[in-house]
Amino acid sequence: MGINRRIFLRGTAAVGAGVSVGFPHIWIKNADLAYAQNGEIKVGVLFSLTGTTAIVEDSLNKATLLAIEEINAAGGAAGMKIVPIVEDPASDPATFADKARKLVVSDKAVSVFGSYTSASRKAVLPVFERRNNLYWYPTLYEGRECSKNVIYTGAVPNQQQDEFIPWLIQKFGPKFFMIGSNYIYPKEENNYARLLLAKHGGEVVNEEYVPLGHSEFSSVINKIKSTQPNVIFSTVVGDSVVALHRQYRAAGLDPEKMPMASLTTSEVEVAAMGGEAAAGHFTSAPYFMVHKSPENEKFVAAYKAKYGADSVTHFVSEPAYFQVYLFKQAIEKIGSAGDITPENIREAAKDQEMVAPQGKVKIERENLHTWLWPKIAVAKSDGQFEVLKDSAEWMRPDPYSAYPNQKCTEAGLTEG
Amino acid sequence: MDFVVQQFVTGLSIGSILLLVALGLSIIYGSMGVINMAHGEFIMLGAYGTWALNAAFGLSLFPSLIVVFLGVGLIGALIELGVIRFLYKRTLDTILATWGIGVMLQQAIRLAAGGELRYVQMPPSLSDSVSVLGTDVSAYRVFIFLAVAVLFGVTWFILYRTSAGMKLRAVVQDPAIASSFGIDAGRVRTLTFAYGAGLAGLAGALVAPLKSVSPEMGASYVVDAFFVVVLGGVQSLFGTVASSFILGQLTGALAFWQNDTVAKALVLVVIVVLIRFRPQGLFVTRVRT
Repeated sequence: MGINRRIFLRGTAAVGAGVSVGFPHIWIKNADLAYAQNGEIKVGVLFSLTGTTAIVEDSLNKATLLAIEEINAAGGAAGMKIVPIVEDPASDPATFADKARKLVVSDKAVSVFGSYTSASRKAVLPVFERRNNLYWYPTLYEGRECSKNVIYTGAVPNQQQDEFIPWLIQKFGPKFFMIGSNYIYPKEENNYARLLLAKHGGEVVNEEYVPLGHSEFSSVINKIKSTQPNVIFSTVVGDSVVALHRQYRAAGLDPEKMPMASLTTSEVEVAAMGGEAAAGHFTSAPYFMVHKSPENEKFVAAYKAKYGADSVTHFVSEPAYFQVYLFKQAIEKIGSAGDITPENIREAAKDQEMVAPQGKVKIERENLHTWLWPKIAVAKSDGQFEVLKDSAEWMRPDPYSAYPNQKCTEAGLTEG
Repeated sequence: MDFVVQQFVTGLSIGSILLLVALGLSIIYGSMGVINMAHGEFIMLGAYGTWALNAAFGLSLFPSLIVVFLGVGLIGALIELGVIRFLYKRTLDTILATWGIGVMLQQAIRLAAGGELRYVQMPPSLSDSVSVLGTDVSAYRVFIFLAVAVLFGVTWFILYRTSAGMKLRAVVQDPAIASSFGIDAGRVRTLTFAYGAGLAGLAGALVAPLKSVSPEMGASYVVDAFFVVVLGGVQSLFGTVASSFILGQLTGALAFWQNDTVAKALVLVVIVVLIRFRPQGLFVTRVRT
């Protein structure tokens, strides 16, 4: 029994049909067309709208959507409309990974804007690295990460501390008491602070970590009283921040003489603890709501018009806003010269700069972090900050600042 | 020497807050045998009640305390009448039911007041520090200490020196015999549960100016409260005081010696070891059976 020509043809036709149904990309040579079709560019927006970190992440979601709306109203990115696909990862790292996979694989989003916590960023990282997609992360974080698939628009330790620590030493004295929540971020920040203190003649009188959610600070306050530092360097996060500030004030400690210097206290935390408990303590960050610039006035006005007159902008929601504009500029740079793919967007985003509400920012081509404008501000009893020192120059991001023999380069992490 | 005094005062302050959050649980668990997992949420309701009274009516902390005690007490009474009443002698079911009530209360507050952190204003007269035994202490912490002493005194008086207290003790010993002497056991239980809930509400109102107010705040308090009650001995009011004192001093000392993270772990180890060798707790009230 031989295979005659007719049966053979029928067989190959069936195989061909199977292929065309199951694996369309074999047939469509230009597969990346799916990323930008019918004048639309799909992007993912991945911030928790429910769960423990929903309050902050909701403001990031809002800032992102505001930027997208503004860009579309002004004609879109290279004439194409940006279409946001909003997912709610519910403050759960595993759900972050699931939703990221959905956005990248099923929705074919060309980039995703998302994450507040480092835990959620670490959870989605494998998704973006495996599919070679692009994640835009707006939060300040501890650094020590070097990925080709993440663009970091928040501050890293050197950008918050390089000017802050010498300023504090000069103004208040060299003795620092470090208090932080017990997880990776405060420890990395303190690692770097120790380097700076050694360099500028400061000293650490105590370094201490409290459990996340801790609310009884009387022992810590006793130690502060007995060690008599000049500055309390705080990286306490979440609701512990509120308890620490309120108990500090109630114990009769005076910020005029011994202030807390924080990298994490924004307008959001000040609202939660009450202005009178926050007043007189310092924060270093690239952005404060009161910052005076035409771009910030426009941002704050647009944000309030869309989300209510009481709503606040802060140092994480500002990057969430401007990074969408950087994305748009990258799309425009690609223009008709190439396809809209995550890889091409990353290449186009390198060295991309713009005037953000905080000042002129730029994506560093070596490590995909962002040049920012460090500022030092003091909290006031009305719940806002007063900016005391505005950096004279923008500052280069160095995610490995605490590790002098490691460096993030375009080729990846180099040692030695 | 200064340092020892300072440490002792800190321990007293931590202990008084522990006793404050445990007192209501001690009444409900000790005299009714109900494992009330919603205790933390009663505390949370008290804190939110104080915040709401201040935000909506401008009421300061002191007048709010009365409203909060009555309000949370009333909620406690309704929960006893609607749910707990049907579950006496079914310990596992009460755990599940009260835990469910706790989750519902948490979500109800989240929907009504939003999930963001809140704070309660400290009364201006108590917002400074005072000198106690030669060491500076927050005046508000001293106030909490005194308030707890008063609440404990009142509770002890009600239990041991009033006819209502005697009826409760009779119901605890033997509900059937107590009923045959004309005591309305159901009513006694409702009032007791309401009183315990009201105390939890007061605890929430009193700690709110020092801590943060959020829908999840109850979780850590309920754990602390159970430690205190279990270590002290379930039916012993004085045991609760003694174990609050011990845990307060222990936490304060360990946190000073090491740090709060280590203190939390070591205190748990101590409790586990003690319970291993004294399952009935440190103090036992003899109950005829």
